[in-house]
Amino acid sequence: MSAKVFGSGIRRREDPRLITGTAAYTDDLVLPGMVHAVILRSPHAHARIARIDTTRAKQAAGVLAVYTAADTEASLKPMPCAWLLPNAELKIAAYPQLAKDVVRYVGDCVAVVVAEDRYQAQDALELIEVDYEALPVVVDPQKATAASAPQLHADVPGNQAFHWTVAGGDVEAAFAKAEVVVKDRIIQQRLIPTAMETRAALAKWVPATGELTLWNTTQNPHIVRFLTSLVTGVPEDKLRVVAPEVGGGFGSKIAAFPGEFLAIFCSMKLGRPVKWTETRSENYQATTHGRDHVQEVELAATRDGKILGLRCSVWAGMGAYLSTAAPGIPTILHGLMLSGPYSVPALKEDVFGVYTNTTPVEAYRGAGRPEATFMLERMLDKLSDALKIDPAEIRRRNLLPPFEDGCNVVTGLTYDSGNYQRALDKALEHISYKELRAEQARQREQKRYLGIGVCTYVEICGLGPSQVAGAIGFQGGLWESAIVRFHPSGKVNVFIGASPHGQGEETTFAQIVSSELGVDVNDVKVIHGDTESTPMGWGTYGSRTTAVGGAALATAVRKIKDKAKVLAAHLLEAASEDIEYDEGRFFVKGTPSRAKTIQDIALMANLAWNLPAGMEAGLEATSFYDPPNFVYPFGAHVAVVEVDGETGNVELKRYVAVDDCGPQINPMIVEGQVHGGVVQGVGQALWEGAVYDENGQLVTGSLLDYAIPRADTLPDIDVLSTVTKSPHHPLGVKGIGEAGTIASTAAVYNAVVDALEPFGVDNLTMPLTPERVWRAMQNATQK
Amino acid sequence: MTFPVKIVVNGRAYQREIEPRLLLTHFLRDAIGLTGTKIGCDTSQCGACTVLVDGVATKSCTRLAVQADGTAITTIEGLASDGKLHHVQESFWAKHGLQCGFCTPGMIMASVALLRTNPNPSADQVRQGLEGNLCRCTGYQNIVRAVCDAAKAAGGRS
Repeated sequence: MSAKVFGSGIRRREDPRLITGTAAYTDDLVLPGMVHAVILRSPHAHARIARIDTTRAKQAAGVLAVYTAADTEASLKPMPCAWLLPNAELKIAAYPQLAKDVVRYVGDCVAVVVAEDRYQAQDALELIEVDYEALPVVVDPQKATAASAPQLHADVPGNQAFHWTVAGGDVEAAFAKAEVVVKDRIIQQRLIPTAMETRAALAKWVPATGELTLWNTTQNPHIVRFLTSLVTGVPEDKLRVVAPEVGGGFGSKIAAFPGEFLAIFCSMKLGRPVKWTETRSENYQATTHGRDHVQEVELAATRDGKILGLRCSVWAGMGAYLSTAAPGIPTILHGLMLSGPYSVPALKEDVFGVYTNTTPVEAYRGAGRPEATFMLERMLDKLSDALKIDPAEIRRRNLLPPFEDGCNVVTGLTYDSGNYQRALDKALEHISYKELRAEQARQREQKRYLGIGVCTYVEICGLGPSQVAGAIGFQGGLWESAIVRFHPSGKVNVFIGASPHGQGEETTFAQIVSSELGVDVNDVKVIHGDTESTPMGWGTYGSRTTAVGGAALATAVRKIKDKAKVLAAHLLEAASEDIEYDEGRFFVKGTPSRAKTIQDIALMANLAWNLPAGMEAGLEATSFYDPPNFVYPFGAHVAVVEVDGETGNVELKRYVAVDDCGPQINPMIVEGQVHGGVVQGVGQALWEGAVYDENGQLVTGSLLDYAIPRADTLPDIDVLSTVTKSPHHPLGVKGIGEAGTIASTAAVYNAVVDALEPFGVDNLTMPLTPERVWRAMQNATQK
Repeated sequence: MTFPVKIVVNGRAYQREIEPRLLLTHFLRDAIGLTGTKIGCDTSQCGACTVLVDGVATKSCTRLAVQADGTAITTIEGLASDGKLHHVQESFWAKHGLQCGFCTPGMIMASVALLRTNPNPSADQVRQGLEGNLCRCTGYQNIVRAVCDAAKAAGGRS
C-alpha cells in the first residue's frame, strides 16, 4: 500500500486538532505572569508629532508601562529591509518601530501600553495625549512622483524608492514593424490579505539566562529569528522563535513587523511575558497590503496575431516604508514573468517603486505574478478584439510549444517544463467552448449578457537557487532542509525548516516518506515551526514548501535508503550491490526471502550491535537542498459570467481551472489549494479593493467595508489538471499554492469585458462592482 | 464594578464575577480558558467566534457575557462526545473542509445550527446559510461539500 500513498487524497493529520478546538494559535497561549500590550496608532496619514504626554496613561489602573520612541530607539535597530534590489537606485527610508517626529500612514505606531489585562491596556491607550500637526498627503503611486507631490522622506527625492528595468530583444524595432498596437492603462488595486487569524506575538525574556522566546504568527520562524537578532541584539543561539498553529498567511506573515519587536522590548524591560494581538481593524491598517500598481502597457503584433513586443511602465505603491521583502515583488517576481507562456521576442519594462502615505505593501498570494499575468492577458484579449480573432485562438498562435527540459525566454529565465496548449485544450473542451460561444450569441439576442474569459498562465515558484537569490539582492538563502529520524521501533520523525500554516505538509510530507521507504504513512510525524527543534529553513511562501522543502525531504530519505542498503547487505551477508529494494524491504537479488524490512534496519542501526566497519550508529539523515532552478507551474482557466443589464451585477456562473503542478502527492490537498486560490483571485476581480481617501484615511478599514468572498457569492469550481514533471525536482513536483490566484483575476475580468462587448466597453477598474459595471453600460449607451 | 454570572458551558457550570463590558467571547477564551472559539474580526462579520447559546448559533463577540447569564452554551470543545467526533466534525475532516483551521470552530458550530433548522439542505441553501462565516483558505467549496455530506450521514436527522 505504501507505494500508492504518493498520489492518494488521504485525509489530513492536521485536522483532528483543528476541528476539535484543541489546536493552539499564538493568541491562545497563556504564560504565568503574562501581561498585555496594545499599540497606539496614528490617526493621520502624514503629520508631525508636536507633543506626546503619557502621564495619565501611566497612572491608569493595571498599567505597568507606556513607551514611546524616546524609550525604544536606543534599544531597537530600525525595521530591516531584506531585499536589496541591485542596479535600481534603491533608497531605503528609515523605518522605526515607533514614529518619533513624523507619522507617515494611518496605523503608524506611536506608543505602546502594557497592562495586566488587555481591557486595561486599551483603557490606558485612550489617555495618551498626542498633538499632531497635519502634513500634506499623497496616496496614489503615480501622483506621488510629481514634482509638486508631498515628500515622505527627506532623503528620498520624488518619493522614488527604486527604478528597476527589465529588457530583452529589440523592443523599438518590434514596435516599428508592428501591424497592430494595443494599449491599456491598468489599475492593479491594492488588496488586503485578510488571513482569518490576525497577527500576534508573545515574547518571553528570561533575564537570568539572557534567553528570549517569541511565539509568533509567522510563515517563516527562522527568518524571524535572524531578523530579531539583528534588531534586538539578542544572539541567535539564545533566541527561540515558535510559529505555533498559524491561521493563514497569504504573504501577510512573512515580513518583520513593529508589533513583534515592541512585545520583545516590553518583555525585556519588564521581565514579564508580554502578549500582543492586533485587532482586525489594526490588521487592516498596519499589517501589509498587496498589489497597488498603476500599469501603462502596450503590445505590438502582426496582423495575424503574433506578438512582436511588449512595452510597459509600472508605478508600484510601496506604502510609507519598505517592508522586508517588498522591493523584490513588483520587480523580480513581476517583471521577469512578463512574457508569460507566450513567445515574446522583445520586451521592456520600467518599474518605479514609490513611497506613499499608505500601509507598507508586501507579498500577497501570487506576489507579482498575478500583476504580470493580468497585464499580459488583458493585452491578449485587446489584440483578439482588434483583430477579430477568438481569444482562445489568439493564445494558441502565441503559446510556446511543449518542452520537457528547459526553455529560455526573453527576460533571461529558463522555464523548466511546459505544455501550455494541452492545458488550454483541456479547459476549452471541459467547458464546451464552441457551444458556449453559440449560447452566448443566442442570449445576446435576448439582451442577456453572458461573458467567457480565458486565461493561460505560467508562474515562477519554488524559490529558488540561493546563488540567484544573492544575485538579485535577496538577503537570505532560498534552500530548505529536512531531518529524517528513524526511532528503534521503526517510527519516524521528520523535522523541516519550512513552516506550513494550512497547506497540509504534515500530511503530504509523511506521504513522501511513506512512498519512498515503505513505512506506514501513520508512522511518520512531521514537526515544523520551532527554531529550537527544526533545522534552518527559509519559510513557507512563494509556493516553495513542497517544491523546495519536499525536495530536501526526498533527498534525506534517499540518504537513509542508501545507508539501509549497506546495513542490510552486512546483516544478510551479501554484497551491497546485490541488495534490491521494494516496498519497504531490502532483499538479496534473486532471493526475495532473504530480506530485512526498513523497521529491522531501523532497530539494528539504533542498537548498533553489529554494524559494518566505519558505519555510524543510528538511522537519521539531514539534507540541505538548494534547487538548481525555480519551478514553473502553468495552466489555463476559463470563467463564465452573466452581467445583469439592468443592475450591472456580475454573477460568476461557471469556472474551470486546469493547472499543472507536476505529479500530485495528495490530489485532495491540491484541489483545495486551487479552490482557495481561485476564489481569492475572483475576489480581486469582483469585490476587493483597499480604498484610501485623499486624506489618506483607509475607507475600507474593517470587514464591514472590505468585501472578501462569501460562500453565497460563488459557484463550484471545476478543478482539472495535466501532469508535466519538473525535470530537476527529485519528485518532479511543482508548487500549487498561488496558481489559482494568478490566473483567476484575469479570467473573470476578461469574462466581464467579453459580456459587455455589445456595449463597446473594454476598460473597467477593479473591483467590478455593480455600480461600476452599470455606469460603464450607461456611458456606452449614451454615447 | 463586577457582576456575578452563572453560565453553563459544554455541560459544566461556571460562576464568575465579571465586568459588565466583558464580551462573551473573552469570557469563554480568557475567563474559563476555552480557546477553541476564535476571534477573527471586531465588527461581527467573520463568524469565527460562533457558539451555540441555548442551541442558537450566536457570534459570541456580539454579546456581553452578562447577557449570557443563565444560558447554556456549546463551544467547539463540547461537540465531540466520549472521544467520538460529531458527524459535522467528521465530514469537515473527510471532505477537506478546512486548511488553516482558524475559521473552522465557528464554521462547524454554524453548520451544526444550520443542520438543526434544515436537516436536508441543498448546496445553495448551505451557501446561503453560511454567508455569515468567512473563510479565506478553502473558497468554501469543500465546506459546502462537508455540510451536505454531514446531512447525508445523519440521514435527515439533525
